[in-house]
Amino acid sequence: MMEFTEEQLERYSRHIILPEVGGKGQKKLLEAKVFCLGAGGLGSPALMYLAAAGVGTIGIADGDCVDLSNLQRQIIHFTPDVGRPKVESAAEKIRALNPDVKVITYNERLTADNVREIIRDYDILLDGSDNFPTRYLMNDAAYFEKKTLVSGSMFRFDGQLTTFKPHEGYHCYRCIYPEPPPPGLVPSCQEAGVLGALAGTIGVLQATEAIKEILGIGESLAGQLLIFDALRMSFRKVKVRKDPECPLCSEKAVIKELVTYEESCELMAQRRG
Amino acid sequence: MKIKVNGKEMDIDREITLSDLLERLDIIPRGIAVEVNREIVPKSLYGEKVIKAGDIIEIVRMVGGG
Repeated sequence: MMEFTEEQLERYSRHIILPEVGGKGQKKLLEAKVFCLGAGGLGSPALMYLAAAGVGTIGIADGDCVDLSNLQRQIIHFTPDVGRPKVESAAEKIRALNPDVKVITYNERLTADNVREIIRDYDILLDGSDNFPTRYLMNDAAYFEKKTLVSGSMFRFDGQLTTFKPHEGYHCYRCIYPEPPPPGLVPSCQEAGVLGALAGTIGVLQATEAIKEILGIGESLAGQLLIFDALRMSFRKVKVRKDPECPLCSEKAVIKELVTYEESCELMAQRRG
Repeated sequence: MKIKVNGKEMDIDREITLSDLLERLDIIPRGIAVEVNREIVPKSLYGEKVIKAGDIIEIVRMVGGG
């Protein structure tokens, strides 16, 4: 086991004095490998807090470049970053924030061909993607690779957060929503907008849950769904069971390999949004 | 008997299944999840889940933005 440097003792002192974290927990964080899908609205704050916490290895996948319309919520990117690949911009901020973190970037979209190999190296996965095909791909890949997936999503003033651990008997994405919505049914963020600060609320909660999963402390969101309404400032936590007929993770599963959903125009708009 | 759907009171004449309730409400169960008394009902159980007096139902819309 590695020893802390004096600088690390100081940097992480507020963690180390917490009995639930301690030196032992901080070492777990430094040895942890977390993968974040998307360096957008949710990924930005999540990545900043994971980096600040001293998560030793952080992988980031995003195939997009920073757009001016992203800056209203994607706080890891700054105005001079417009036009740069998001993973490059995010990696630079993370390295400046905490040189303890090894950042691995994937400047590409995840596909059925590359996703399993990419996530295999990580302990915990975060989904902060902005389209349904990618969410289903990530859910299915995480199930096949038996990885814990902390999933956040948002729209207008609403956010949802949950942790998928189907390999431990809890629900997966398809237990709640078996199939992607039909095109056009769920409007895109570009069409309908999203409150910028909402990304902070949900993204930071994703980082919190990922850190708790690494440390093995508190109550997991496995088997639960947190629903946030920013206008009412209400958090509601509901129970989620495994669907006995889940197409992916039940005994009656019909999905045996990764499937690719076509991106409709609406979904493309949402991705850019 | 009275139930609550999305915070609004609703009267139904007898116990019905969740599938029947959604049909009455003209809700096609795609892109949504349904919560009864703070528990998401798996889609495959909509036809068996019986809605009783006093039940609190929330229709949760799927959100996919990031």
